Amino acid sequence: MTSLYDEVQAAPAAGVEVRRITVNVNGTDRTVDVEPRLLLAHLLRQALQLTGTHSGCDTSGCGACTVLMDGRPVKSCTVLAVQANGREVETVEGLATASELHPIQEGFKEEHGLQCGFCTPGMMLSAKALLERNPDPTEDEVRWALSGNLCRCTGYQNIVKSVLWAAKKMREQNQEA
Amino acid sequence: MYPSRFSYDAPTSVEEVIAILDQNGGEAKVLAGGQSLIPMLKLRFASPARVVDINGIPGLEYHRVDPDGTLRIGALCRHEDLEFSKILGNFPTLSQASSLVADPIVRTRGTFVGSLCHADPQGDWSATMIALGGKIIAQGPNGRREIKARDFVLGPFVNALAFNEVAVEAIVPPAKGKALGGYLKLERRVGDFATASVAVALDVDGDIVTRAGCALAGVGGRTIDANDAISVLVGKSLNSESIKEAAEAVAAAAEPRTDHRGSSSYKRHIVETFVTRILSNIANSEQKAA
Ligand SMILES: Cc1cc2nc3c(=O)[nH]c(=O)nc-3n(C[C@H](O)[C@H](O)[C@H](O)COP(=O)(O)OP(=O)(O)OC[C@H]3O[C@@H](n4cnc5c(N)ncnc54)[C@H](O)[C@@H]3O)c2cc1C
Ligand code: FES
Ligand code: FES
Repeated sequence: MTSLYDEVQAAPAAGVEVRRITVNVNGTDRTVDVEPRLLLAHLLRQALQLTGTHSGCDTSGCGACTVLMDGRPVKSCTVLAVQANGREVETVEGLATASELHPIQEGFKEEHGLQCGFCTPGMMLSAKALLERNPDPTEDEVRWALSGNLCRCTGYQNIVKSVLWAAKKMREQNQEA
Repeated sequence: MYPSRFSYDAPTSVEEVIAILDQNGGEAKVLAGGQSLIPMLKLRFASPARVVDINGIPGLEYHRVDPDGTLRIGALCRHEDLEFSKILGNFPTLSQASSLVADPIVRTRGTFVGSLCHADPQGDWSATMIALGGKIIAQGPNGRREIKARDFVLGPFVNALAFNEVAVEAIVPPAKGKALGGYLKLERRVGDFATASVAVALDVDGDIVTRAGCALAGVGGRTIDANDAISVLVGKSLNSESIKEAAEAVAAAAEPRTDHRGSSSYKRHIVETFVTRILSNIANSEQKAA
């Protein structure tokens, strides 16, 4: 059990309120004791060691920390960990299987959708939420859905292409199935 | 960055929320979408002793139109519920604003009612509600009361709720006649707050304006209530003369200040341009429809 901000302090303060929460992260239930003020981003990155979720601005502005909570994209730096209690959280680590990349990841590889890669996990999860609602988006719809995710490298062009590539591949897979 | 310590409650009824607020005498804060409160906690602009999370209260996610045309928006209706709504046809001011509030990720969490409570002078929804003549339903230990949107926003980040009241619903009355309107916002990039924005809502009978509402965001120390200014339209039809008169009156009601988003005169000019544009668009599309 980890109680995060207690680690940050020299010693856990007496009488600090701690909550036991269970969050389903990428398909597995994880039970952790947290202080109510712990942010979901810190739960993932520090307590659960899932560092694929990036912390960019830490001020709710960049979207790098985006994860899916019950299927919808949220900025994990702007959600309390306790609010994820009993919910499903999906991070970039949940996309690929042991042997196969997710089509969205493949798309980013095929279309060169990243340079430094810092924004990529957030981009992919926003893209996943979009494609679940709208399997055949237009370029404008992709740009709109990703407009809360900032990228300082690519100029967005290839990110949009990557998502359109993934959309096509996912539609083809669905037809075969 | 992390907030200072607070106690956390996640009650499952409005009555419990009110009881907790009441017992804590102003030291407790309601947490709705958290898209303004959590950033404030992190920056330690707010450090309440208790945070009362209302997300676990069932039955507050709705927005619906009553048979008489009244729109009701529950306290947990998210920005994106309105963006993707299919029932806002009679509320063009709201539907046009819905995709301009913050960015798509913030819109999955942030709530309409929370945004009104936050009373940000740059908030989009407060401007639409003042223009539409909307109301907020507050519930406290002594029951419910209605507060007009124009009386709800008292100042920057100050609303009319008592410490032991929670806003449970927002209400937009039905138009008398045909509802027309629009929302235009100038932002530096997606997700930015308004440099200047204009909400207009008109009730029209034939081609005569019977009620005119207008409010502005980003151009004053609080949401600017420009209802009196735009009332010059009442009893008239929309033509280049009446549009010019209204745009000038509304621009005069703005109280913009020079800052990193632009100079005061620039922002006033934007307001005048946006009022003209919204009203001209309405006039043009009505002409086409006729
Ligand atoms: C990156 C970013 C960009 C943004 N851009 C914009 C923008 O362009 N335009 C805009 O309008 N907003 C913008 N916002 C703010 C956003 O719209 C918030 O969602 C909104 O201001 C607050 O709603 P909330 O549900 O998140 O409220 P919270 O953050 O949960 O609460 C805000 C305040 O209201 C109180 N409160 C909330 N609900 C209730 C209730 N039912 N009863 C009593 N008190 C209540 C809380 O106690 C708190 O003081 C932005 C936010 C971010 C992070
Ligand atoms: S780190 Fe969360 S939005 Fe930037
Ligand atoms: S690839 Fe570097 S920030 Fe997007």
